[in-house]
Amino acid sequence: MSETTCATAAEVGLLLANRFADAVTEGPGPVGDTCLYVTPEKIVDVVRVLRDEQRFDFLMDETCVDYPDREPRFEVIYNLYSLSTGVRVFLKVKADDSEPGVPSITPLYRAANWFEREIYDMFGVRFAGHPDLRRILLYESFKGHALRKDYDATLRQPLIGPADGPDHARRHG
Amino acid sequence: MFGETFLTTTVDTVLKWARKNSLYPMPFGTACCAIEFMSVVSSHYDLARFGAEVVRFSPRQADLLIVAGTVSCKMAPVLKTIYDQMAEPKWVIAMGVCASTGGFYDNYATVQGIDTIIPVDVYVAGCPPRPEAVLDAVIKIQEKIEKEQHAPLF
Repeated sequence: MSETTCATAAEVGLLLANRFADAVTEGPGPVGDTCLYVTPEKIVDVVRVLRDEQRFDFLMDETCVDYPDREPRFEVIYNLYSLSTGVRVFLKVKADDSEPGVPSITPLYRAANWFEREIYDMFGVRFAGHPDLRRILLYESFKGHALRKDYDATLRQPLIGPADGPDHARRHG
Repeated sequence: MFGETFLTTTVDTVLKWARKNSLYPMPFGTACCAIEFMSVVSSHYDLARFGAEVVRFSPRQADLLIVAGTVSCKMAPVLKTIYDQMAEPKWVIAMGVCASTGGFYDNYATVQGIDTIIPVDVYVAGCPPRPEAVLDAVIKIQEKIEKEQHAPLF
């Protein structure tokens, strides 16, 4: 296994582009890191190859960006790192907020569980096959998804109490 | 015949004197203000000089709630419960701008001042406030206790 491990992120990109010809395309690399677009159908397979064959043993982050003018409007971003080879690869999946959503990689990385819950909480992107897709930071009664670009920044929906402004209610004197 | 062995006063005065000089603070520390509160209690600033050094981490044993830090909307019911659990009489200090108004956390997740949830007696400005400001707030609470018209017995 180790003799086939790629030494650089660019090699990893080439390997994936060859193996998944239709599903993997090169994405923008704004800070010089290898970044690949993957179709939602193949994301689990691609991540499995990276984990099992390329020793990417660390899912550092899984996050999301909202591009309201695009269709589909969201990009889910996977930040995979190999502690043994020191190679980092970003994967991006274009997604919307429909059911059943992007296939969950929680079966591959347990760290993905809370990352995907956070993405669901903040953006409303769903993950198919996630074991427990609930809000993680905000509360069940929260309406909407706070990190969407079209979420009103001045909207307040507190759990208890009035939304805004002190009432200076005093019990003493 | 008794010389100067008697001291006459009223129950109210004695109660208020005792209360103001034996405040038991309960710190509700959620952020950096709680670190600043530690220095208020520690030897250099020494809250003990004002009789309020017995910091209790149970609301049942405290009568001064010091809310030090940002309170998120999800935390608001917890703060309300802790306030409700404190026995009367009780007072509240909102320490720092976050507890007082939400501070620069003007967003979807943060309570815009704890006075939207519980009554507040003294607000302390600062991010975080200097320890002297917190001491001043405690003294303000003491003055408030002293000026109470009818100190509630229980």
